[in-house]
Order: sequence, then C-alpha cells, then structure tokens
Amino acid sequence: MFAFIVSRVLQALPVMLTVALLSFAMFAYVGDPVAIMLGQDYTEAQRTQLISDLGLDQPFFVQFFKFVVNAAQGEFGLSYRLSRPVADLIAERAPATLELALCAAALALAIGVPMGVYTGLYRNSWLSRFFLTFSLIGVSLPTFLIGILLILTFSVWLGWLPSFGRGDTIRWGWWSTGLATWSGLKALILPAITLGLFQLTLIMRLVRAEMLEVLRTDYIKFARARGLTNRAVHFGHALKNTLVPVITITGLQLGAIIAFAIVTETVFQWPGMGLLFIQSVGAADIPVMSAYLLLIALMFVTINLIVDLLYYAVDPRLRIGGGKGGH
Amino acid sequence: MARTQGAMARFLDSDIWYSFTRSPITVASAIVAFICIGGAVLAPWIAPHNPFDLASLQLMDAFKPPAWTEEGDPTYWLGTDDQGRDVLSAIMYGARVSLLVGFCAVLLSVSVGITVGLAAGYIGGTTDAVLMRIADIKLTFPTILVALLIDGVVRAALPREVHDQIALYVVIFAIGISNWPSFARTVRGSTLVERNKEYVQAARVIGLSRSRIMITHVLPNVLGPVLVIATLNLGFAVLAEATLSFLGVGVPPTQPSLGTLIRIGNDFLFSGEWWITIFPGIALIVLVLSVNLLGDWLRDALNPKLR
Repeated sequence: MFAFIVSRVLQALPVMLTVALLSFAMFAYVGDPVAIMLGQDYTEAQRTQLISDLGLDQPFFVQFFKFVVNAAQGEFGLSYRLSRPVADLIAERAPATLELALCAAALALAIGVPMGVYTGLYRNSWLSRFFLTFSLIGVSLPTFLIGILLILTFSVWLGWLPSFGRGDTIRWGWWSTGLATWSGLKALILPAITLGLFQLTLIMRLVRAEMLEVLRTDYIKFARARGLTNRAVHFGHALKNTLVPVITITGLQLGAIIAFAIVTETVFQWPGMGLLFIQSVGAADIPVMSAYLLLIALMFVTINLIVDLLYYAVDPRLRIGGGKGGH
Repeated sequence: MARTQGAMARFLDSDIWYSFTRSPITVASAIVAFICIGGAVLAPWIAPHNPFDLASLQLMDAFKPPAWTEEGDPTYWLGTDDQGRDVLSAIMYGARVSLLVGFCAVLLSVSVGITVGLAAGYIGGTTDAVLMRIADIKLTFPTILVALLIDGVVRAALPREVHDQIALYVVIFAIGISNWPSFARTVRGSTLVERNKEYVQAARVIGLSRSRIMITHVLPNVLGPVLVIATLNLGFAVLAEATLSFLGVGVPPTQPSLGTLIRIGNDFLFSGEWWITIFPGIALIVLVLSVNLLGDWLRDALNPKLR
C-alpha cells in the first residue's frame, strides 16, 4: 500500500513541476511586471532597485526555485488588476466555487443514478426512451445555453428564482456559505442544475451500461434462482457492483466540473474562482492566471491520486500486482 | 467520365451507403447539416439582408420581434437585434465564422495528432514514451481551460490592436492545439498494429526511408478512425468556439460567430427581447446535434464489429 502511494506521488510530481514551469514562464516572460508596478514616472535607479528586489536579475533556475517555494506557501504576489494578494483573492472566491461544484455533483448523482437504474432495468419502456433522448440533448447542449434557457424560463418568464449572484451568505470563519440562508439556497438552484446537467446525463448513461452488463452475469441468474426478490437482486446485487466505476468517474469529473464552473459562473455572475479567472484573462492579469493554473493542476493531480487509491482499495487484483497495474 | 460513373456506382453499392439509407435519423441529420452548412457558406448570396452593411441598418428597425408575432415585420423573419440587424442573416453569417473556426481547428488537431501518433507508434521507444506522456498531461486538463489560458497569454503578450487582428487565428490555434491528443492516441494505436504487417516489412526490405514508409504506406491505412473522430470533433470544436466567444475571449465582435451573437443577445434577455439570443442558440444546437449524429453513425458504419 505504502509503496503504491509513493509511486503514484512520484508520478504526479513531474506533472506538477511541468505545470509550475509553464506557470512560471507565463509569470516571468509575458507582459512586463516591472513596467506595470512602476507606473508612469520613475528613475533608472528605482527601476534597477525594483528589478533586484523582485529578483528578476537572477538566473532562470534560481527564480524558478523561488517561485516554486513561494507557490508552495501560497504566495503568488499581487494581482495586476486589483492590487491585492492573489492568495487572498482566491481564498475569498474558493468557497463559492466549491459549494457550487459539490452541489452540482450531488445533484447529478442523486438524479443520474436512479435514472440509469431505471433505464437499465426497463429498457423498452417509453420513459426509458424519453430519458435517453433527453440525455442525448443534454450532451449536445452547451453549458452556457442551458444556463440562458433556465434564466429565461425561471427568472424572466416565471420570476421564481434569482438569475445572478449568491444571495445572502453567512461567514463561518474564512468560509462563506450560501447554504444556510433561504435566498442563498434559491440562488444556488439554477447554477447547480446548469453545471450538473452534463454530468447527470453522463452518470445516467454509465449506470445504464453497467447495469445492462451486470444483469447478464451468472451471479445475478443465481441470485434469481435462489428466489430472492427483484428488489434484493436489483439493488443489493446488481447496483452495488455498478457503483465502483460510477464513483471513479464522478471523482474524475469533479475536476471537469470545477473547470466548467468558469462558464456557469459567467452566465450567473456567481462570485467564484471561475469568474475571477475569466476576468483575469480579459485583463491579462498574469499572477492570478498562473496561480489558478497551479491550483487547478494540484486539484486534478490530487483527485487522480484519490481515485487511484480508491481503485486500489476496491479492486483486490491490483493489490496482488504489487501496485504495478493502475489503469 | 466513365471512371467517375464507375466510382459512383461502386459507392451506391457499398455497405456505407446501404447503412446510410437504412437509418432515417442519419438521413435527416445529413439533410439538416447540409442545409446549415450550405446556408452558412452561401450566406453572402442568399441571406435576406447584409448585417454588416452599415448603410442599410436603421435604428428604427431595432428590436423588432419575429415575423409571426403581432408587432413583427415580415421582412425580418426572426426579428432584429439592438442595432436593427436581421437576426436570420446574422445567424447565417455567424455560422460561417463558427464553421470556419471549427474546420480549421479540427484540421490543426488532425495534423498535429497524426504527426505525433505516427512518430510515437512507428518509432516507438523513448520517443513514444515522451510523446504519450505529453498527451496524457494534456488530457488531464479540460479543453476550455487550455484554450482560455492560451488566449489569455496571447492577450497579455501582444498589444490590443494586434490581438484583435489575429484573434481569429488565436482561437483556431487554442482549440486545435488543445484537442490533438485524441487523434494522436488513435493513430498511435492503429500504427502499432500496421507496423508489423507484411507490407511495411516489404517496404523496409526494399530500403525505403522511415519517413517515406510512415507517410506513403502506414498513413493511408490509419485514416479511417481519424475521419470518425474528426467528425465528432467538429461539433465539439464549434461548441468550444461558441463557449469562448460567449465568455468574451473568442473571435472579435467585428466578426460575430454564433457564440458572440448569443452573448450579445444575453444582455437583452431581461428586457424581454428573447429572440436575439434564443435563435442563434437554436441554430447552434441544431448544427452541433446534426453533426454529432452523423459522426455517431459514421463510427458505427466504419466499425464492422458493432454491426
């Protein structure tokens, strides 16, 4: 087990270093931070002073090393656009994005799994056909258009739900949550559906395919032969065995959800990290962009690692292989 | 002439044509895709109005609802936008930009993907390991994120006027470059199978160079699956472009694509002018859905195992 974890972490390190290098190269070579920080009036002495203060006169690898050490401590410098520490900006915005992403994932699971089970069990019913058509449309609809259609229907025409912002939030230490207030919950509904719809259709199709496969196996036939009720066979035996890939895919998709939150947050003006990032892209705010890039990479690598460990915990065949397997 | 007729007859007799005519959904989506692409390509000649001809624009005509509603104007079937541009014509011109970006981006992904895949599969060894590792790293990041980053970096590195001029190419590059690994993987897989076949060994025995074998002998035999992925990727690239333009980092507003039109219309959603954003949205969905259905069919038709 230990050796497996170590080998996985060792594999993740080069990925993180590559991303850090890219992110540093962006930081160092795109735009001119000195010119931006100095403004209009400066003397040559001030300029030289600032360059040596920032360490820009040092060799590339020394600078890169400093960048990595700083980044590891959460230090990314000041945002060009807002003149505030990047770490503070991100810490402020992170709760909004994480709440949105987790709610979207929970929604996708809570609705996608039952729909998948149903379409797997009753393949030819008209409701199954309806679900499948619905999922095809869900895959072809771009996220931002789903958001616009939902806003048009539920905010503009019906006037039931708010179309932008997070509603009232409550601060909980450094974490701000919208889940504790009525208006916060109402504001969460449309963005969560928008973000979760694609994942929902994905999970539904996956559960359906797995169910169809499992239902054909011998142990299901045996369970039926033993005279177990349909309920016990379907949920106790069949569904349980489909859940492993579902959990894995959902875990891996969590990264995609956070990335796609950029689009959803733009449509709903949701004050999360995605909106911060897109505003930074528009304003060429390199420190925020490179910090976000590193953060997302770290998240992806961590999620991949956890998923690998889950595999390891769930599938005994991997343990015999001494952790050489993977996927 | 006789030869083309022969080829035509052979095509009408082929399995692919047979499976095409047997699937009504495929025929329907082919017709819809054909209409969409035709309408886009021929826009300057068949569009009812020219949305870029400033002389013909009248602010009096702004915000006209679709023709079938009470206040609708029959000359503007789908209504007009905030500047009095005909929505239908704007959609046709916009689809042109969307499809242009989509095609070029796919072309770029295909060329990079094929080059990398062939090299990795045929040369093997360290080249293979390094190239595939890069593809893996690329695959961990969602396309939208990579495209956004590339666009952001270019925006920061170049002055604004220059950026607006080359924005179209930046978008094509950003989408194309973030999509090549799927092609590279497929081509590598097929190349690994092909490289051990007798015709490749024969080519090697007669002393052909490595690049010549790769390009003239292996390449034609691995193109089938590439075609399928390219079709599916076209729908994807069009969506990616629309998303980027919607986020405001795609093509410049002087050449609005479907995504730009949706973004512009989004501002008028709350004042009740829903048609400015909904019709370009429907056009985008119809275009992507029909292309995706065609791609799905092509995948099944070229893969005898699924039949």
